[in-house]
Amino acid sequence: MGEKDTMLEIKNLHAKINGREILKGLDLTIRTGEVHSIMGPNGSGKSTLAQVLAGRESYEVTAGEVLYRGKNLLEMSPEERACEGVFLAFQYPVEIPGVNNTYFLKAAVNAVRKYRGQEELDAMDFLALMRSKMKLLDMDEGLLNRSVNEGFSGGEKKRNEIFHMAVLQPALAILDETDSGLDIDAMKIVANGVNALRSPDRAMLVVTHYQRLLNYIVPDFVHVLVDGRIVRSGGKDLALELEAQGYAGIEGEAAQLAKV
Amino acid sequence: MSTSTSTIEAFANQEYKYGFVTDVEVDAAPRGLNEDIIRLISAKKKEPAFMLEWRLKAYRHWARLQQTDAEPKWANISYPPIDYQDIVYYSAPKPKKALKSLDEVDPEVRRTFEKLGIPLEEQKRFSGVAVDAVFDSVSVATTFKGKLAELGIIFCSFSEAVQNHPDLVRKYLGSVVPYTDNFFAALNAAVFSDGSFCYIPKGVRCPMELSTYFRINAADTGQFERTLIVAEEGAYVSYLEGCTAPIRDSNQLHAAVVELVAHDDAHIKYSTIQNWYPGDKEGKGGIYNFVTKRGKCVGRNSHISWTQVETGSAITWKYPSCILQGDNSVGEFYSVALTNNYQQADTGTKMIHIGKNTKSTIVSKGISAGHGQNTYRGMVKIQKGARGARNYTQCDSLLIGEKCGAHTFPYIEVKNATARMEHEASTSKIGEDQIFYCNQRGISKEDAVSLIVGGFCRQVFKELPMEFAVEAQKLLSVSLEGSVG
Repeated sequence: MGEKDTMLEIKNLHAKINGREILKGLDLTIRTGEVHSIMGPNGSGKSTLAQVLAGRESYEVTAGEVLYRGKNLLEMSPEERACEGVFLAFQYPVEIPGVNNTYFLKAAVNAVRKYRGQEELDAMDFLALMRSKMKLLDMDEGLLNRSVNEGFSGGEKKRNEIFHMAVLQPALAILDETDSGLDIDAMKIVANGVNALRSPDRAMLVVTHYQRLLNYIVPDFVHVLVDGRIVRSGGKDLALELEAQGYAGIEGEAAQLAKV
Repeated sequence: MSTSTSTIEAFANQEYKYGFVTDVEVDAAPRGLNEDIIRLISAKKKEPAFMLEWRLKAYRHWARLQQTDAEPKWANISYPPIDYQDIVYYSAPKPKKALKSLDEVDPEVRRTFEKLGIPLEEQKRFSGVAVDAVFDSVSVATTFKGKLAELGIIFCSFSEAVQNHPDLVRKYLGSVVPYTDNFFAALNAAVFSDGSFCYIPKGVRCPMELSTYFRINAADTGQFERTLIVAEEGAYVSYLEGCTAPIRDSNQLHAAVVELVAHDDAHIKYSTIQNWYPGDKEGKGGIYNFVTKRGKCVGRNSHISWTQVETGSAITWKYPSCILQGDNSVGEFYSVALTNNYQQADTGTKMIHIGKNTKSTIVSKGISAGHGQNTYRGMVKIQKGARGARNYTQCDSLLIGEKCGAHTFPYIEVKNATARMEHEASTSKIGEDQIFYCNQRGISKEDAVSLIVGGFCRQVFKELPMEFAVEAQKLLSVSLEGSVG
């Protein structure tokens, strides 16, 4: 692995919600082109990390810093982060009744373009962009004309998230439990979409509870998050080890670590 | 503070951009109301005797109601007592001479309408819209009259109709909303000064949108206009009204009456974009909009459809209704009502099913922000003879912020067992998660709110004529601006 630019640098991150501390000194560095996976038991802080990086205001960062392409990410509003190229595929995509999915994406793309000083896309150019990305995910055109996530099945929602990602072309993509609620076929489709978006210019952070997604999206690095801290890091084999042993062993180690 | 509260709270504070005053010489009646004022108004308009008689009867009825304190008090609104003797009931821009063409309209008045985006030159209008412009109490210009006349369509100010088509006026005036209907309808009948009149002859499909633009300019003046639309057998017309007023500290009264008559197979589509001055952020000033609107489906298979987007006025009291008398007739009501700051709205509809197989649809979308109070009040009545009647009602409320309110009062009265009724209602808040989801895709908070509100209103917007659907969406964004921050 040669010298690559650092995309994201998290140092000693502490965050709490409703007065409860969830992240307790998390460190993580992700370089451009890499795919990292964060695994961990329920309640370890995986989703909190994803939400904090995206800028959800209900989480309070109490200590630490996050540099994104050298800039202080924590000072940016959620929409600035998005415009700077940070994308979050939601674990629970939100329904917006009455707002057409295509119209929504056009508003998003043009907001980002405006922020970057680019000309806004007109309807024709935008439609061409949509069509080219639809193939990638085997999307049914019907989903584009329905309201954002309204009445979508679990699989359709997740696929729609990856479709948003394909259209917005982020520099850093955070996938929060993208496999939850998917059957194996749907998971393959989503994973194929994600793999198609892997690129030397893009980094990904894949948050997941189960190893199975990582059979399809093979990460460069795997980190185990326990009780708000990364307790082990390794290559893709670490995921397999976890699958075999469960989180219990590692949690034991972590408890010991905390005592020391 | 969480995003939804803080975001949402600042979203309401854009200045009302139609609040300017036009400086024109006016011909106004003295303040107050008595029989002499009624006679004065009637004389100014050179009305035939039957009109004066009708006005006087209405006035006497109103005066009796007023003595017995019969101003309606049942609505979910509150305001200090109105002093009816402190209002000017007639005000008109002073004409230099009789107008022979549109070019002779007072340049100040013309500029007013241009500022409002309503140029009175025909070639500058949307090609598909004819406009009647009403300034304070009188109609100042009507465009495309000649073109419409070729098809036998009459589209003119009410005063002209009284002069040129007295038989039609006499036949239909008060036939849907009699002066005895309610307090404000009686007041309007006594003092109304102008409005629009529209008649579509048998079998004619009106080729353009007809539109009236109402502007209150003078201070302490009430605006009492009356609109009458008659569609003969098989006729079709789509009609739109828009309204604005200057910013003033005192409240102004607007008590209009609209009557629609649809004969066999006729179809009337009536759309309103109401943007009267709503008062300031503290609730000072603004228009009291006390309006009676009703359509009568007289003929078989007739169809009346009301679409309203109500964003203005300090207080709105308004129930566009349908009397479904003809068999198979259809009534529809699509409404978006927005209240922000200290605005109050009590609005909805009445659907009275009399004929067989009559059908009505009600879709009401209430949006409350700031300290706004929004009430839906609707009545669906199925009479004994209305076999096979159907009604579908959907009533949704959206709350923005913590200090506003939404209220729903549906009344259902069924006297025929074959009726089928459906009622759906929902109340929701703009969720922090929805706004965050939009933000995460790069969309700012304000744009997120207007996107979400636009989605909420989509069912109603799609009923508006296309040019106005865009305008309505913009108006809604502007009216909400600042309520999120």
